[in-house]
Amino acid sequence: MTTIPDAANPADAEPRFESVQQVRDSLRDAQYLSDDGIAGIVYLADRLQKPILVEGPAGTGKTQLAKSVADITGAKLIRLQCYEGLDESKALYEWNYKKQLLRIQTEKGADGVEQGEDWTDVRDDIFSDEFLLTRPLLEAITSDEPVVLLIDEVDRVEVETEALLLEILSDYQVSIPELGTIVAKQIPLVFLTSNNTRELSEALKRRCLYLHVDYPQLEREKAIVLAKTPGITDNLADQIARVVRSIRQLDLKKSPSVSETLDWARTLMLLNIETIDEQIAKDTLNILLKYQTDIAKATKELSIDE
Amino acid sequence: MTDLVGSHTKQPGGMLDLLNGFVVELRNAGLPVSLTENLDAMQAVQHIPIEDRDAFKYALGATLIKNHSHWRSFETVFEVYFSLRGPEYKIGDGDGDSAIDDLWREMQEQQQGEGQGQGGMDGMTPEEIAKMLMQALMNGDQGMMRAMAKQAVQRFAGMEPGRPVGGTYYLYRTLRNLDLDNMLDKMMQASKEETGGELTSLEERLEKEEFNDRIEKFKGEIEAEIRRRLVADRGAEAMAKTLRKPLPEDVEFMHASRDEMQALKKSLGPLTRKLAARLARKRKHKRKGPLDFRSTVRHSLSYGGVPAEPKFKAPRVAKPELIVIADISGSVAAFARFTLMLVYAIQNQFSKVRSFVFIDGIDEVTDYFKATEDIQEAIHRVNTEADVVWVDGHSDYGHAFEAWWNEHGKDVGPKSTVLFLGDARNNYHASQAWVVKEIQKKARHVYWLNPEPKSYWNTGDSIVGEYGTFTDGVFECRNLRQLESFVDLLA
Repeated sequence: MTTIPDAANPADAEPRFESVQQVRDSLRDAQYLSDDGIAGIVYLADRLQKPILVEGPAGTGKTQLAKSVADITGAKLIRLQCYEGLDESKALYEWNYKKQLLRIQTEKGADGVEQGEDWTDVRDDIFSDEFLLTRPLLEAITSDEPVVLLIDEVDRVEVETEALLLEILSDYQVSIPELGTIVAKQIPLVFLTSNNTRELSEALKRRCLYLHVDYPQLEREKAIVLAKTPGITDNLADQIARVVRSIRQLDLKKSPSVSETLDWARTLMLLNIETIDEQIAKDTLNILLKYQTDIAKATKELSIDE
Repeated sequence: MTDLVGSHTKQPGGMLDLLNGFVVELRNAGLPVSLTENLDAMQAVQHIPIEDRDAFKYALGATLIKNHSHWRSFETVFEVYFSLRGPEYKIGDGDGDSAIDDLWREMQEQQQGEGQGQGGMDGMTPEEIAKMLMQALMNGDQGMMRAMAKQAVQRFAGMEPGRPVGGTYYLYRTLRNLDLDNMLDKMMQASKEETGGELTSLEERLEKEEFNDRIEKFKGEIEAEIRRRLVADRGAEAMAKTLRKPLPEDVEFMHASRDEMQALKKSLGPLTRKLAARLARKRKHKRKGPLDFRSTVRHSLSYGGVPAEPKFKAPRVAKPELIVIADISGSVAAFARFTLMLVYAIQNQFSKVRSFVFIDGIDEVTDYFKATEDIQEAIHRVNTEADVVWVDGHSDYGHAFEAWWNEHGKDVGPKSTVLFLGDARNNYHASQAWVVKEIQKKARHVYWLNPEPKSYWNTGDSIVGEYGTFTDGVFECRNLRQLESFVDLLA
């Protein structure tokens, strides 16, 4: 790791994608069915070298998007899971103080007497790369290979902690007081996901491209079911997508997510069901919905209570 | 109608000018677009060709809009400013050579076989048009629907350049001629015949939803087509101005249309979640409680008996008890509903919530919210079952307050916060403001929320000032933004 990279300016790096269409196609090959918005913004993020802030209801494939992009670009995925109380030493870097202590002690122990003139050496030495523990954010920019950085559920950290991210998101660098500024060797593709449990700060939003991933349209959901559930018939996938759309239109506590749709599709496959009738829908509704009140409501609404 | 495509952009720099106007309009519509975001957008358009319209729209959206509830407003402005881009969006008489017009001719030939009807819809009878439309809708083909929409507007809307009428007028004229209301039944009928048997109720429901969805899409196409033509006629700026609508959080409760109400309801969910999270966090991170002597001594053992690390007790949470008294008559009903929904959505922030509603009589509705987890249902019961009419069903604050005081006045204690919701338009009845005064003496706080703009207070039969003197504050609460900031203060 060098403090000031003498390598070529990473900003001149080759773009990862040729066109929006290419992003869409390769994502599809990786079994992630994107729409115009998703593919376009991933392409743009690569060109503008900006992070993407992905927001949307739970279970719509926000995290999966980052994984799939890492997959198709052959990049390493580095993931930072956010939680309340996340701090610098877990997100950016930490000094390995046990090792530092050891280093100081071996110096002393070598000939039993303390050598005063050594202190400057020791001090410089213990604040060098060897004693630095890299955490996900620092790791992402110091890596030699291409990286996709996923900062998951960024809305869980406090507003103050968000500030930690700002430097790396806008300039792709990390400042360490003892070492200086570490600049990225390559520009990672950064995804931040948020479940929107609180308003993120303006400063963070301004630095990102904003992508809202919603529940998919009927055709896309059907395609997802077809792609992710091997052996399913076209007819059944169509029915599943339609029933789910119908349920999502109800006023529920928690609408079924894409992952729950897939769970349902797999269940129906295991039960060897060819077409959904009302009895089957009623019996398996608890896979789609997780609240008793929601189940009761959906049962009533779909008029399958007889 | 003349062809105005490209009249203001083909020259170099036109794109930047257009984008500038676009951003100015976004700001006028109340969307917060910062300078850096503007620059990002300018960079973005260099990478995404305008011909790929959807990708172009999303690229602009991603750089300029950072809040999903603003997307609708963004889309409207986008449609206005960029609706004349791209060949297939050309305004013409239907005989152009774009893909859409080709498709149209193809459809016509299929329809008639003998090829007599070239040109627009003008030569066709209403029955032929209806048949063709139904076919397009049954197939669910986007392109065909778009072609149909274009022709329908051409024939039915009767648009004249320079005529000062809004888009809704043309929309109404077009839709009236197409008779979309009966289309759904006809489609259901046709679909039944096609499958050749009875549909189960589940199948029928799904089928209906699908058709409804398509009809809505078709209506959207017609609207877009009308808008395109209006923009060509009047220019983007003027058009954007007439279409400007308040953001969901700025929509006034008292004047919200049905669509806006729906949008409000939708944005209330995420808002309450955010509010609850914020309040819980605020509580958790507040100052520590008193010194925990036992724990401090216990921990001092590891420092050789020196109490180096003082320990504190967890803070005692002072949760207020909330009493909501809401006017649910006429125009303020919507406001009361929203406030009740919000209050109950964050009710774990209070030790107890009791709610009363009145018009000229008063009734307690706390149990409705207790009985069910579903706030919507509780609100529905409040509207249908609560006994709030005493004489004539016109607001009488004085009588309602007096009745409330006689029955529940003793329940107000030093932990209670009392919240009045209403416009205090008392129909010139006696105010009985002494009730509020008595409540203020006993309660911790008394607040009044008024959904009317401040300039209307104390005009006509509004006596909010008279009640207000006995409260800790009267707050103007016209939209979600104001309501949110008040609840933040409350908990």
